[in-house]
Order: sequence, then structure tokens, then C-alpha cells
Amino acid sequence: MREMTKTPGAKGGLIQRARGVHPPAHDPAYRTTVTRSPRLAPLSFPSGPAEETGPVFGHDLLGERDADLITNFTGEEAIGPRIVVTGTVRDETGRPVPGALLEVWQANAGGRYRHARDGYLAPLDPNFGGCGRCMTGEDGTYAFRTIQPGPYPWPNGMNDWRPAHIHFSLFGHSFGQRLITQMYFEGDPHIPLCPIVGTIPDPDAVDRLTARLDWQATIPMDTRAYRFDIVLRGRRQTPFENRPEAL
Amino acid sequence: MTPPNTHPYLLESASQTAGPYVHIGCLPNDVGLPMYGGANLGARMLGDGFEGDRVTVRGRVIDGTGMVLRDAMVEAWQADAEGRFPPDAAPGFHGFARSGCDADGVWTFETTRPGAVPFADGRPQHPHVTLMVFARGINLGLHTRMYWPGADLDGDPMLARIEQRERRETLVAREEDGGLRFDIRLQGPGETVFLDV
Ligand SMILES: [Fe+2]
Repeated sequence: MREMTKTPGAKGGLIQRARGVHPPAHDPAYRTTVTRSPRLAPLSFPSGPAEETGPVFGHDLLGERDADLITNFTGEEAIGPRIVVTGTVRDETGRPVPGALLEVWQANAGGRYRHARDGYLAPLDPNFGGCGRCMTGEDGTYAFRTIQPGPYPWPNGMNDWRPAHIHFSLFGHSFGQRLITQMYFEGDPHIPLCPIVGTIPDPDAVDRLTARLDWQATIPMDTRAYRFDIVLRGRRQTPFENRPEAL
Repeated sequence: MTPPNTHPYLLESASQTAGPYVHIGCLPNDVGLPMYGGANLGARMLGDGFEGDRVTVRGRVIDGTGMVLRDAMVEAWQADAEGRFPPDAAPGFHGFARSGCDADGVWTFETTRPGAVPFADGRPQHPHVTLMVFARGINLGLHTRMYWPGADLDGDPMLARIEQRERRETLVAREEDGGLRFDIRLQGPGETVFLDV
């Protein structure tokens, strides 16, 4: 068994997840949650190495075109409004998270996914696969290029449409920071109508998932830019917290 | 309503469901998208150069009506046989794996029995792997653990915290076909214990 030690300045445990910013598991307006939501309360306990460590991915993981969804499927250009998405990944303490891996996926400009189970009328784009990935630099910033996805209908209520969105999957430094979310676009009128967006109880939290047009970063005559900052869970910065050694 | 900001600076970004096409984003090579040199992230927990025992873990994710999910993704994170996590683990041991559910709803990964990892207070825990489940209809990824068979339901510092003793067994795998079998029940009878850590 490892020795206990008290190290001033050492990182403490994961900060308790602020459940109020996340959707509840069960929300009948998003019908699939009815049978896929646990009914019993989750069990809480202080984090340990199993939750505080996590897979570390190096920049050498990334291929040359991984972060360019416009060309990373066939090498030819996909059809649609060309955008760059940039932002900073921070943790709850405000510190940038370097080396975070972001995986993104989305529908094409017509709102169609390249997937056997997507039967929407909108056509596939032969040059758009719909996924990509990138990592944050030392300053916590990331960037990828893509086409703006279209809204699409989905089976839930009789007439439900998803706002244009990009799915994000994030790895920070701890497996307990793992987060999957979606990015929406400023000014999209579908946002307040969507039952999936509506699972988020706090309108401010929805606002934080809404990317802003970043006029300064727009490339003239080429590509518009959207800014989307992300916050992952943090760890307590508590001196003198009892910690197993070597953490 | 905005929750009281008990956090020091910023609030975590809200989670949203991974949706029905999580495999496009996270396991593209499984759904007909040749990406990333043909290798999905987390395709192998045990890489080249790993020396040690290997065991295959299989399971399903089951909803509240008993239906098996085929659109879920399960991720695994664990220590090596000495209880060490990457980057301090044995050569070739990646510690991380992810698997989609196949046409039969089965997820799988190959791993090795981990060593003891300390609980937050330093007490050793029985060998286990942390699992996260993502899918359509799951608004916030579900965090749980699979323990190796033989776990002491009353002695393990985490398992002993589960008030209903019979529920502790929902976190223990069983031996099957020379490997391990672990089903995750999202809801209803035998509901898996999920964690908020
Ligand atoms: Fe989507």
C-alpha cells in the first residue's frame, strides 16, 4: 500500500460535478431517455487515481488532414459553407488544458450523415465523411476546418428538427473529465425548439454551447470563423489535502 | 435556474447526448468510413510489445425494456498488472480501449487483470476497470466499473459503499468462455450501479 503524504501545491481530487449544468438522465420530451435513464441515484465518493489519471494522446497521433473535414475524406473539397471552428479548452479553475483530444462529427451541408441508419432525403456529399479530430496546443487552443452542417429531422415527436450542430468528444488529463457535447450556431432559430437542447435545464448553459461568429478570425473571400470555448472539470488546488503518494 | 456557483471560476460545459451516430465520430472505421489510417482510437488496450496475460471482456448494454443497444459506445480505462497507469505502465500497455456495440449488441476489448489501485484514502481496491457508456438517449455519459470475479463485496472500499448489498454484484464480471462477461443494465431490475465521481 502506498504511503500517504501532504504536499503543498499538489493537485487535489476532482471537483464535484455540478449536476445542475447537465441534463437530467430522464427527460420525457427526449423520448429515448425514457428507457435509457437509470432510475436509481448514482454513487458518489472522492476521486482517486482511477478517475484522476487518463489516456494521454500525443500530437503524433494526428494525421495531416485529420483536422480538415473539408478534404479529409477523399482529398477533394466537400460542398457547403466553409468554416473554421476555434476555441480554448479550460478546466473549471480557468487553466488552459494543453494536449486535450477533440473528436468531432457532424451531418453534411444538407443535414445528412454518412451512416447506414440515416435515411433523410438530403443527398450524401461524395467528398464529405463527417468526422475529424484535433488537439489543443500549450495554450489550450484548438482549431479545425469544416463545412457548416444543415439542420435535419429526427424521429421523436411528429415534427422535430435538430439545430445545425457539431458533436464534440473531449479527453482532458483525467478520465473523470471525459465529456461529450454538441456545439450550436449563434442565431439558429431551431435551438429553442429542440428537445435535445431542451434537456439542459439552464439557458445560460445552452448559451455556452452556442458558438459565436468570430469576425476577426474570418479569412476574407474564403472561410468564416466560429468561436467555441469549452470547460472541462477541474481538480482542487488544495494544499495539505491527504493524497496517496505519487499522484 | 442557474445553480449556485460553488465552483472557483468556471462552470463545466453542459453534456449532450452522443446521439445515434457516435460511431461516425469515435469509431469511423467500424461504420464504413476509412479514416485515421484505418485504426480507430482505442482499438487496442494491449499494444505491440505487451507481455502478460490477456483476457477478453464482452458485454452488452441493455435498456429498461430488456432491449439490447446497438448504437452505444463503451470506453475502458484501467491500470496494468502492477496497478500502474500510463504513462508509467508496462511497455505496450495503453490502459484505454473503446468499443462500439456490434449487430448483436456486444462490445468487447482485450485486456489484462489489473493490479490493486488505491481508493482516495489509500486503501487498495480489488482489480477493476472504469467504464463509460455513451449512446443516443444518454444525456451524460454513464460512469461505472467492472470488477474482476472474486471481489470482496464487503471489503472493497468502493463496493462497500453501496448500501444495497445485492446491487454490489451488478459491478462484478463473471467468467464465460475463457473470458469475462459484463452486462450493463441502464434501468430496471438489476440496474447497474452508476457513479458520480
Ligand atoms: Fe447530430
